[in-house]
This record gives sequence, structure tokens and C-alpha cells, in this order.
Amino acid sequence: MPGEFVDQIFVAAKRWLLSLLPHAPDWVVQIASALLNIILLLGVFATLFALISVLERKILGRIQNRYGPNRVGPFGLLQPVADGIKMLIKEDVVPIRADKVVHFLAPIMMLLPAILALGVIPYGRNMTAFSIDGGILFFFAVGSAAELAVFMAGWGSNNKFSMLGAMRAIAQMVSYELPLLIVVLPVVMIVGSLSPDAIVAAQDGYKWGIVPRWFVLTPWGAAAFILFFVAGLVESNRTPFDVPEGESEIVAGHMTEYSGFKYATFFMAEYFGMFAVSGLAVTLFLGGWHAPIAWLEVVPSYLWFFAKLAVLLFVFIWIRGTLPRTRIDQVMSFAWKFMLPMAFTCVIAAAVWHYQAHGWAGWLSSLGIVAVVYLGLSRLLDTRRKFATRTYRFAE
Amino acid sequence: MSPILFWLFAFVMLVFGAAVVINRNPIASALSLVVCFMGLSALFISLDAFFIGIIQVLVYAGAVMVLFLFIIMLLDLRVEERRKINLVAFVGGLAVAFALFVQICFVVDQLGAAKQAFPSLRAAKMDDVHNVGLLLFTNYNLPFQIIGVLVLVATIGVVVLSKRELR
Repeated sequence: MPGEFVDQIFVAAKRWLLSLLPHAPDWVVQIASALLNIILLLGVFATLFALISVLERKILGRIQNRYGPNRVGPFGLLQPVADGIKMLIKEDVVPIRADKVVHFLAPIMMLLPAILALGVIPYGRNMTAFSIDGGILFFFAVGSAAELAVFMAGWGSNNKFSMLGAMRAIAQMVSYELPLLIVVLPVVMIVGSLSPDAIVAAQDGYKWGIVPRWFVLTPWGAAAFILFFVAGLVESNRTPFDVPEGESEIVAGHMTEYSGFKYATFFMAEYFGMFAVSGLAVTLFLGGWHAPIAWLEVVPSYLWFFAKLAVLLFVFIWIRGTLPRTRIDQVMSFAWKFMLPMAFTCVIAAAVWHYQAHGWAGWLSSLGIVAVVYLGLSRLLDTRRKFATRTYRFAE
Repeated sequence: MSPILFWLFAFVMLVFGAAVVINRNPIASALSLVVCFMGLSALFISLDAFFIGIIQVLVYAGAVMVLFLFIIMLLDLRVEERRKINLVAFVGGLAVAFALFVQICFVVDQLGAAKQAFPSLRAAKMDDVHNVGLLLFTNYNLPFQIIGVLVLVATIGVVVLSKRELR
């Protein structure tokens, strides 16, 4: 069957490459297999990073009514190459009072967890680089190392802007990690497994032959997906929540003292983190590599995954282009007063949905729970502040 | 598990465990402790105990260490760096460490279970998340509930203490 062959072409190619070492001992084959996975993963996502960095500038340009980069290569597509060369040949400045070792290790520590987290996501049928039982937990465990990296960058630079930026970043990341983790809980509860492959498998099939069984199409799933996406925005320090590196206040936060390729590494880590969070959102809520319509299953599974990923990445860029930056106190109170209760509500709504056999009654009652809590929370958190006309003390 | 990996990670753990104590700089000590935790979780994972290994990173290297670093940031680091080594405390510390080491060796020597090899987890083909959950909610349900109440009390305590004024 040609469709199946195209779907499994990468798996078959890997098997063929491994068959080139017929008499090698077992551990050589294992290491070779792991290396192949790593090289492919890094290749794909480094390319995607180059592509998205130019596309982001293009889309932002379009949103702001100007052309983006359009000078290097056709449509400015070679811009990342020029940027990369520029970053590589720039002088690397290290402050004299900095802690040299910590300052040097921070960008590496930042990139490492992002790459590791990409390993557990299923990119297509039989295409998980590192498939373990606790894949979801592994994702969050390595993700928590990013906080240490931010701290290392901020403290190692010996600069007050770096330190302040790092403190903001860590406070923000720790606060949003809680809703991010809890929002994953309903999916894990319903599927009964922490393995990303099992979660994708649970979203297989179509109700009445047309509606896919993705979790985002249930009320609790939709609420959880939105919460997950917002928390993901914060975790990857993207625009409405980019207070840690607010240029107008604290230069560039924890990255103030970095230049040249180290700065580029931070930049890359941020994008890789964004890919990882979006990839996990696709896996958890958007049905992973499954097609949205039954007869479209002939399109290879990895294409579906990357199409969904591309849509999410576009939304990331779109939000960056349209929303202003929030204040740090607003970010924090939003996390604790709204995100956390809503995340717990999703867990309860999912349980109700599950115990009414995934039917209409469960659908409606979980919708009711989510809606009531949402309305109640918005009523409670509404400060009803009357905005007086602003009076200026030192200006007219 | 491969003995090479065991020796590698055990060596890393010992070196960085010693670095925690030897370093004069509290931040460097804390970061060494993180590497030490990573080595421990690598040992768990190489024994096929994925769940324990991952939780080790998530809880200790992630949550607990970030808390440590936050607290260290609020301290005056110069005082700690300028402090002279107190000879009495140094010798006393060495003696206590040595006594503890001898004690552990003695206990391991006496314990029958420590002498026989445990069956490999890979052969058992078990879902360790499932097993841990099952045990928590059957055999150890009461301790689990008690810990839950304890954590709740701590949370409420923090909220009360950090409030500026009680209304």
C-alpha cells in the first residue's frame, strides 16, 4: 500500500540504515539507533528554527503594515543564514566580575532541556525518538531545569538587570508550572497512562465517523487546552508575558550580559522551548498525528503533526504581534487567582465527563461546571475599579 | 545495567557531592548539588526505574533546588566566602562522617536482603507509575492522606504568615 509506505518511510529508512551493521554487537546498534534519532530531531528542529525566525519577522511585519526582511535570498528566506554568520563572528564579551564557569554554562543548560523535551513527543505513527512510560513526567522534569539555567545566567553575569530579570523569570516560571502540570492531569486521568504514545492512541477514531475524538473537542479539554496554551506562552517567555526580558525596563533580563553566539543560543533555546510546548499541546489535546477527517488519514501522519504545530506557532506569533506586555503583578495574580482554580476545575469536569460514559450528559454537565466556575471567578476577580481621569503632578 | 555507566555516574555523584561541601561559594555548592541529584536519577534510570528517576529530577533538581537558590539569593554571600576554616569543626565533621560511613557499612553487612541481587525491573515488564499509584491508594492510603492534610496545613500557614495584616 503506497500510503502506508510514505507514512512509514522514515521508520523504514532507519531500519535499513541499521541493517547496514549486521554483525555489530547489540549495544552498537542501540547507540547507532539513538544517534540517528538525535541527528534527525536536531536537524528538523534547527531547520524549523531558522524558518520560523524569518517567518516570525515577516508575519510581524505584515501585522505592523510593513515588509519584513526581504533582501537576503528569495523573499528574504536566507536571512537566518546571514544572521547566523553575524552571530558567529561577533565578539563574545564576558564581564570581568562575572562567574566565568556559570556564565559559560548557562546558555548550554538552557538549550539542553528544550532539546531533551522534544525527544518524548510522538511525531508520527511509530515515530517517537525516546518512548518511555512516564514521557509526560519526563517532559516536565527536564523542563524544570530551564529555571536553573535562567538563574545561572542571571546570577553568573553579576549585573543587577540580569539578576532582576532572572528573579522575575523564575517567579513567573515557577508560578505557571503549577497550572501547566495540573491541566495535563485530566488527560492523563482519562487515558490512564503517562506515555505520550498512549495518549495519542486514545484520541484515535471518529465519533459517528466524522468528529475526531480529540480532547480539545470536549468542554474540559477545550478549557484545559486554552489554559495550557497560556501557561506555555509564559513558560517560553513570549510576548504578553515577556516581563523577564522587558526591554523598556530591564534591558534584556537575564540575557543582558550575553553577546554573540551565546545570545543566539538563548534565542534558540527559547524557540526550542516553544516548539516543545506546542508539540506537547498537539499531543495532549489536538490528537497528535491523527488526521481531522477520516478519509484524510492517507496523508502521512508526520505531516499532520507538523501542520498542527505550524498552526500553534502561528498563533504564538499572532499574539506577539497584537497584545501589549502585561505587568509582573498582573502576571502573578493571574496565575494564582485564575489559572490555578480553573486548572482544578478542568480536573473535576473531566472526572464528571468520564463517569457519565463520555456521552451527551457528561458533555453538558462538564460544560456546565467549567462555565459556572469561569463566570464565578470572573465575577470574584472583577475589581470594578472606577478609572478617574489621570492627573499629572509634574506636567501639564 | 552496564557497570561502566554505574561507575561513571557514581563517580560524578561523589565528585559533585564532595564539591557541595568543599566549595566556599553557596551558589556553586547548590549547583553542584543539582549535578549530584542528576547523577542519582541517572542511576535510577539505568536500573529501569524510570518513574523514581524522573520524580527525583522533578522534585529535587527542579522544585527544591530553585527554592534553595531563591533563599541563597537573599543572603549575604561575602560573609560566607570570607569565613576561615574552623579546625575543631573540621575534625569533628570528619569524625562524624567517618562514624556514619562505618555504621552504614555495618548495617549493610548485617542486612540479609542487601546481599542478594534484586530481580531486574526490565524482566518484570511492569508499569511503575501504575504500581506506585496502586500501592499509594491501597496499602499506604492512611499515610498518604495524612501527608495530604499536612501539606494543606503548611499551605494555609504560608498564606496566613505572608499576609501583611489579618482582617
